[in-house]
Amino acid sequence: MSAKTLSAHNSNEPTATRREYFTGFALAAILTAIPFSLVMCHVISGGAAATVILALAAVQVVVHMIYFLHMNSRVEGGWSLMALLFTALMVGIVLVGSLWVMHNMEVNMAPMPAMPASP
Amino acid sequence: MTAATTTLSGPPASRKGPSFYLTREHHPEDGTLLGFWIYLMSDCLIFACLFACYGVLGRNYAGGPTGAEIFELPTVATNTAILLLSSITYGLAMVDVHEERARGAMAWLAATGLLGCAFLGLELKEFFHLVGEGAGPTHSAFLSSFFTLVATHGLHVTFGVIWLVTLMIQVVRNGLDPVVRRRLMCLSMFWHFLDVVWIGVFSFVYLVGVQ
Repeated sequence: MSAKTLSAHNSNEPTATRREYFTGFALAAILTAIPFSLVMCHVISGGAAATVILALAAVQVVVHMIYFLHMNSRVEGGWSLMALLFTALMVGIVLVGSLWVMHNMEVNMAPMPAMPASP
Repeated sequence: MTAATTTLSGPPASRKGPSFYLTREHHPEDGTLLGFWIYLMSDCLIFACLFACYGVLGRNYAGGPTGAEIFELPTVATNTAILLLSSITYGLAMVDVHEERARGAMAWLAATGLLGCAFLGLELKEFFHLVGEGAGPTHSAFLSSFFTLVATHGLHVTFGVIWLVTLMIQVVRNGLDPVVRRRLMCLSMFWHFLDVVWIGVFSFVYLVGVQ
C-alpha cells in the first residue's frame, strides 16, 4: 500500500510528528516542574501560591490540548473545538457556581461553633 | 510469537474495488473520533462535578487530618512524571502506527501499559497507607471528596490499561488494519485526556491542598 492511498484513506486522522510530541513533552515537563519545585522548596505559600499553581495548570492544559490532543479549529470541521469550548463553559459554570453558592451560604450561616454556650 | 510477528509485518489488505456509485458524502465518513471526543467532554463534566465537590468540601476536616498532614508530595511528583511519560510513549506509539511500524508501536504501547500500571501501583499504595493511618474516605468530607475524585481518575486509568492490553492483542492478531487504528486513536484521546485531568488533580488537590 503506497503512502498516497494511506494518507487518502486516513484523511480524518490527525497526523502528529515526533517533534510535536517532544515539544509538548518539554513544555509540559517545565510547567509541571515549576509548581512542584515552588511548593516543595517552600518558595511561595498561601493564596499567592494557589493562584500561581492554578494559572500554570491552565497553561499546561492548553499545551496538552494542542500538542497531545492535536486540538485546532480544523479537526472534524471545527466541531471538536466547539464541543471543547462548550464543555469549558459548562465546567466553568459548575466550578465557579458551586464555589460561589457554597461560599455565600457559609458566609450567611449563623456561626454555630463560634457561639458561646448560653447560660 | 513468530507467527504473530509475520501477521504484524504484512500490510493490511486494500479493500478498494471498483465503485459504481457516488463516493462523496455530506458528512465525515468516520464519525467515531468526533463521537468519542464528545464522550470525553461528557466525562470531563463528571470530573468537573467531582472537582467542584472537592472545592466545596476540601477544607472540612471534621477534626481529622488536613491535606498538609497526609499528602506526600514526592510520591505525587513521581506519579505525575510517570503519567506524563506514559503520555509521550503513547504519542510515539501513534507516530509508529501512522508510519505502519507495528513492532515499534507494540513496544511503545507496552511501555505505556507498564507506566500506567506503575502509576496505579503507587496510587493504590498511597490509598492503603492513608486508610491504614485511619485517614480513610469515611473520616471527613475532605477525605470523602478526595478519595472519590482521585479514585475516579484511577479507575479511568485502570480501564485505560485494560483497553490498552485488549488493543495490543488486536494488533498482534489483525495487524494495523483501519479498525484497529481507529480504536488506537480513540484510546490515544482517552489516555491524553486522563493526563489533562491529572493536571487538575495534582494542582488543585495536592499542591493547593498542602497550602
